[in-house]
Amino acid sequence: MTDNGLYGFKAEMRSMQIQSITKRQDKITPKQKSMAEYLEGRENQIVTKGVDSHELVGGKPSVAGSVSQRACVFCGSRVVLYPIADALHLVHGPIGCASYTWDIRGALSSGPELHRSSFSTDLREKNIVFGGQDKLYQALHELIDKHHPKAAFVYSTCIVGVIGDDVQSVCKRVQKEKDIPVIAVMAEGFQGSKKDGYKIACDALFSLVGTDESMEVSPLSINILGDFNLAGELWMLEEYYKKMGIQILAPITGDGRVQKVQNAHRAALNVVQCSGSMIHLAKLMKEKYGIPFIKVSYFGIEDMSDALYEVAKFFKDDSVMDKARELVKDQLTTLIPALEPYKRALQGKKAAIYVGGAFKAISLVKALRLIGMKTVIAGTQTGNTEDYRLLKTICDDGCIMVDDSNPVELSEFVKQTGADLFIGGVKERPIAYKLGIGFCDHNHERKLALAGYDGMLNFAKEVYETVTSPVWQFVNKNKE
Amino acid sequence: MLLRHTTAKEIDRKALTINPAKTCQPVGAMYAALGLHGCLPHSHGSQGCCSYHRSALTRHFKEPVMASTSSFSEGSSVFGGSANLVSAIETIFSVYDPEVIAVHTTCLSETIGDDLTQIVSKANEDGKVPAGKKVIFCNTPSYVGTHVTGYANQVSSFVKFFSTATPKKRNVVNLVAGWMEPSDMREIKRIAKEMEARTIMFPDMSDVLDTPLTGHYDMYPKGGTTQADMAATGDSKFSIGIGPYTTEDACIKLENKCKVKFETVEIPIGLKATDKFIMSLSRHANVPVPDSLTAERGRLVDMIADNNKNFYDKRVALFGDPDTLIPLVEFLLTLDMKPVYIVTGTPGKHFDEAMTELLKEKVPEVKFKSGERADMFQMHQWIKQEGVDMLIGNSYGKYIARDENIPFVRLGFPVTDRPGNNFFPYVGYTGATNLLIKIMDAFLEHKDRTCPEEKVELVM
Repeated sequence: MTDNGLYGFKAEMRSMQIQSITKRQDKITPKQKSMAEYLEGRENQIVTKGVDSHELVGGKPSVAGSVSQRACVFCGSRVVLYPIADALHLVHGPIGCASYTWDIRGALSSGPELHRSSFSTDLREKNIVFGGQDKLYQALHELIDKHHPKAAFVYSTCIVGVIGDDVQSVCKRVQKEKDIPVIAVMAEGFQGSKKDGYKIACDALFSLVGTDESMEVSPLSINILGDFNLAGELWMLEEYYKKMGIQILAPITGDGRVQKVQNAHRAALNVVQCSGSMIHLAKLMKEKYGIPFIKVSYFGIEDMSDALYEVAKFFKDDSVMDKARELVKDQLTTLIPALEPYKRALQGKKAAIYVGGAFKAISLVKALRLIGMKTVIAGTQTGNTEDYRLLKTICDDGCIMVDDSNPVELSEFVKQTGADLFIGGVKERPIAYKLGIGFCDHNHERKLALAGYDGMLNFAKEVYETVTSPVWQFVNKNKE
Repeated sequence: MLLRHTTAKEIDRKALTINPAKTCQPVGAMYAALGLHGCLPHSHGSQGCCSYHRSALTRHFKEPVMASTSSFSEGSSVFGGSANLVSAIETIFSVYDPEVIAVHTTCLSETIGDDLTQIVSKANEDGKVPAGKKVIFCNTPSYVGTHVTGYANQVSSFVKFFSTATPKKRNVVNLVAGWMEPSDMREIKRIAKEMEARTIMFPDMSDVLDTPLTGHYDMYPKGGTTQADMAATGDSKFSIGIGPYTTEDACIKLENKCKVKFETVEIPIGLKATDKFIMSLSRHANVPVPDSLTAERGRLVDMIADNNKNFYDKRVALFGDPDTLIPLVEFLLTLDMKPVYIVTGTPGKHFDEAMTELLKEKVPEVKFKSGERADMFQMHQWIKQEGVDMLIGNSYGKYIARDENIPFVRLGFPVTDRPGNNFFPYVGYTGATNLLIKIMDAFLEHKDRTCPEEKVELVM
């Protein structure tokens, strides 16, 4: 259906939306009215399961003037590539883009820490007028001479695209002169959303894949795509797979290394998490190197166990499957009883989710259910229509599903549903607290590993700690 | 070591900035705009800019920060962002209903040449701006100046769009607030009230970025300078610009527009700068300094005296914004400390002159740098060459502090890893005692942890 087609249904959809809001609330207060009014144009991006019959449409660009929680193309590329710790990451643009992305994600490295510094060409007015190519060339030389990195990523920002610097030719030239891969990441912010940035990052990674063959590779080898080793999560996964006798050839990109990415084409299987960011790379590798891929999630017992079983199944090796079963059994024997007290305390509490991708939202709904909680709001920044179809099958009736939301909407939904917990990122945290409810960071600022079995327990603890915090008793939520 | 790549030997850099001691204009504009009551800052550029600035401010203040964006696409960067801005204005007023939209530009919209004057007047003509509401704007190209410049430009735009001179002057002094914490603004207002001076502060982030938890989310908190007060600044008899880098331009504009004379003073961090501010306010508001403030000053002096042996000759490295660094260096000298390395990414002659003036005799070995490549990498190299006893700056200093095992005092923007900067003021005499205690705590905690066992002392 084209956008024009949708537009034709606008009036109808709007009245449906208003009806569904009316159903949620017996009488429409003046605030509610303005809310309904506000929803104009967003009818297709908000669905209440069991109330609305229309489909939740994802992937639409944000309206100009919205207080969107979304970011840009550059942001998408930068967050995906940044964990490669022995590569240089040079931001070509005015200082801001480098400042704001300086070590903001806890993507841990077991070795080099080069990725945690901020390098910028700091373009000034004269560079905007006369071009920034020379400065870029010089900066690359200065950096490579000093740090001898294994590869360099050069991010081009909004303005570079407009002033017409030929970043690619500078990169080619330096690559030749310095004999390391110098990759232009053409991530001008305005060229789309964060999701488009993921794709550009995948292309950059793909240009490295297949350029080295020197690592030892086991027949039971996989690449992990889409884990960024936040709070050391990759290391937990590594433990699990090691116990199954499986080698992780290239973690992409958490605790990443250039050489491992270069060897990634020799793995038997790509295991893709956070499919929004990495599926493009998996598809490219399948096309060129014939490596199959599976999509997994590591959040929650069910999904984590599936991830291990799926990999075992792929290798058609009984001993691997046996080890996987044993591992899962071992883990669950301790985990299930450990979760019990949290589940008792949290039974019937309500959660709101607003995260980056839909896959994470799906895992979260399941993980929350495991600890007795019900998801009443499920939203994402970058989900697509297909993702939302899947999300809807998992959510309970009455759950409000929303695409590309904003603070006004979210806080209104929280009030309507009486949520006790908000799961989101940096910009949602203080809003949740102002509303007097608990908050769990499931985004890149999380400090606790939430993946895997240990992660599930951490998650339960964190949710428990925030939902049952004594501070909320001092908040009078009923006061208008 | 996190910064294991830093070497004592200075490398020759002409093009490269490493670990900047600055960021870009728009975030400053966004912060300043939040100091106007009922104002929604609007970022005219790609979506990422707005998202980054909101995140940066949220991480620092731990408060909701609202701003909208023109959401540029490939099309807008080719054909101009005019259509985006006009439709954004319409959306914002119908959806978020602010009193004022404060538009600032980005590198992208500046480079493609969007003319805000034209676009906004068209939006006005086409009836996109409801009666009683206002759209103001300022130019904040990211490749000129720094976040400090952006703040200054936004504050100037308040004058340009609101200040009006009527025939009747009022016995009021404008306090043009430079880049400070909400707590500092609150403290300055308290001092003015204590002095019974009639003042208007703008911008004013107190009760905007330090709001109480009520169980309700207010998109527009109760604080911020009102439009009426902002208009009345044109009738005030004098303006004091607190922090020359961030307020001088606004003061000049106000003088040109409404004939309000002004002087700029440093942000009142430390004893001398507070003296100067209070004297200025006393003179221009024509009010005496009350005993209560004299007593506060006395308590500060008392505390300095009690602890002076801990400060003497301590070598300090500092980085941040010039409006903060200048009075801070002065305060450290008051304490008998030795500021030896000072770095700010914000360019400007005033900083260099002030540093020379303050330090040429007392600390002849001082190294300071401002502007391009005056970054934290530079400062770290200096520290590697000869160490310091203390580091003062924003949270990004923690890498250096850890690697070099230096006591570290967090001050400036952003402080992302500790709470409280929007709670406890550093300005005024009371603020100076807060700062002094913070400095002492950092020293003594460090000493208690690292000194030999037999030297652990119970009594200071």
